[in-house]
Amino acid sequence: MLGQVLLNGLLLGGLYACVAAGFSLVWGVLNVINLLHGTLVVLGSYLAWMAFHFLGWHPLVALPAVALLVGLLGAALQAGVLNRVVGSPVLVTLVITFGLELLTRNALLLGFGADYRTIRPASTWGTAQLAGLNLPLDRAVAASVALAMTAALYLLLRRSWLGRAIIAVRMDRDAAALMGVRVERTFIAAFALGAALAGAAGAVLGLVFPISPLQSDAYLGTAFTVCVLGGLGSVVGAIAGGVALGLVQSVGGFAFGSENATIVSFVLLILLLAFRPEGLFGRRGYA
Amino acid sequence: MTERRAITGSWIAAIAISVAFFFAADAYALRLGTLLAMYVALASGWNIIGGMAGYPSFATAAFFGLGAYAGALVQQKGVPMPLAWAFGALVPAVAALAIGWVVLRLRGHYFAIASFAVAIVLRELTTNWTSLTGGGMGVNLPVLQISVIEQARLFFAAQTTLAAIAAAISALVAYSSLGFALTCIRQNETAAGMLGLDARRAKAAAFALSAALAGAAGAIYASSIFYIDPGDVFDVLIAVKPILMAMLGGAGTVAGPVLGAAVFFGFEQTVWAHFLSIHSGVLGVLVVALALFLPRGLLRWKRAGKAA
Repeated sequence: MLGQVLLNGLLLGGLYACVAAGFSLVWGVLNVINLLHGTLVVLGSYLAWMAFHFLGWHPLVALPAVALLVGLLGAALQAGVLNRVVGSPVLVTLVITFGLELLTRNALLLGFGADYRTIRPASTWGTAQLAGLNLPLDRAVAASVALAMTAALYLLLRRSWLGRAIIAVRMDRDAAALMGVRVERTFIAAFALGAALAGAAGAVLGLVFPISPLQSDAYLGTAFTVCVLGGLGSVVGAIAGGVALGLVQSVGGFAFGSENATIVSFVLLILLLAFRPEGLFGRRGYA
Repeated sequence: MTERRAITGSWIAAIAISVAFFFAADAYALRLGTLLAMYVALASGWNIIGGMAGYPSFATAAFFGLGAYAGALVQQKGVPMPLAWAFGALVPAVAALAIGWVVLRLRGHYFAIASFAVAIVLRELTTNWTSLTGGGMGVNLPVLQISVIEQARLFFAAQTTLAAIAAAISALVAYSSLGFALTCIRQNETAAGMLGLDARRAKAAAFALSAALAGAAGAIYASSIFYIDPGDVFDVLIAVKPILMAMLGGAGTVAGPVLGAAVFFGFEQTVWAHFLSIHSGVLGVLVVALALFLPRGLLRWKRAGKAA
């Protein structure tokens, strides 16, 4: 039984890592807490739902297109609005992303209503038996894809010119500018990457969870908690934090009843913030 | 001297308008006035920790909800309303001291998130602790056996009195050593601590005062609508609106939150009346515009660009 709980936690953790990675990137590079992040995830789910419903595309097939669209929206928001307030006090950036969140959520509610929708491909993959544990294959595939995308972000940050520019801006904005990095464009790229990852996460999550604009708070809360657990602004931290949160929720839900899983994770969040704000695995590192 | 005269004049005008409104307005107008007064109380209360001390608290919803539940539950047991309201202020204040001991160690983003999480934890606890709170079913309060207009007057008077108390407290704080300490904390907490200022005590006092005002507003709100549930009183918008109001008027000043609450209220009512289905979208646009073009508030827009 405990093995099953741990396995469920691990699968959940892979999805959480992907939800949090983009949020963590934006926070780390721009020093902006993107309250819009959860809504971007939901937007990704809806785009995947539309691709499935109208075009018959499987969410994993639609994923690149969804990521691209949400990423473009992110780039537009950063170029049009957020670039003006980078470096402002916390309250200003919080308020601005909250305003964008209100706007986007209102649009989603108008477009899709508040009722839950699901993506149910005709062929579900069923469940595999693994050493006496049930492994729901759609969840396993979703978690693997989510982890793979998170890993791709890591490689991008480490190996590409753009990634180096992003990390350089994160380390020292002025020095990066002096070295010829175009800081504003790098901000746009970072925010677009974060948004694209959020949209992609949404497409994958659509396979597993019901879709509704009301889910966005839960995703945002998850992203917060994962970042704090794993340490801010690092992809490895997002993966570690995601898995840790998945396990905590799974075990916490098992021990205290699933309705209390949220309380367990948020109490953990507050205590961690207070006593170990650099995260469980955190160091002052990059990527 | 002119500033002092302007302040005295505003107080007299506000009291005179409130008293005239109390006698002249119909029940609907009184309900609107009650809401405005609640906004003034919430914005002024938030301003003590958020504006003066510069701690971006999202815990207003937590304390509003806690006050609403504390007041409602003792009122159900037969405690008279004014005492229940006082209790609704006391419980969040004590809770703020306890919670603040943990979260006030944090600064900036981290404090914002932690205070946000406090509201979510309280909402979930209230939803799940069914034996005490009725869970998601909410709490019904005793209905008053007086006419509709008398009820409207009663709650208008209560909420307006609270708004006046909130404005008075924030004025007293601003001109006391506590206000001076909070300004130092906002400007440079580390330096303030080096100079021997007990930042922890000042922040705790500001957080508790802010919580007491939000809690009292919540308790009066609960009495006035006779029914509360967790989703209603722990709503994230209750945390965000006071921030917007205070910023709109000018965070950190005494008059700013009052002015901001009035302007925001007028705007919100107009939007509600004309664009019901997209009102939160319109609110979103306003919020973005506010943060982009008026980040330091109406009171200081002429001086925009100068240091605080």
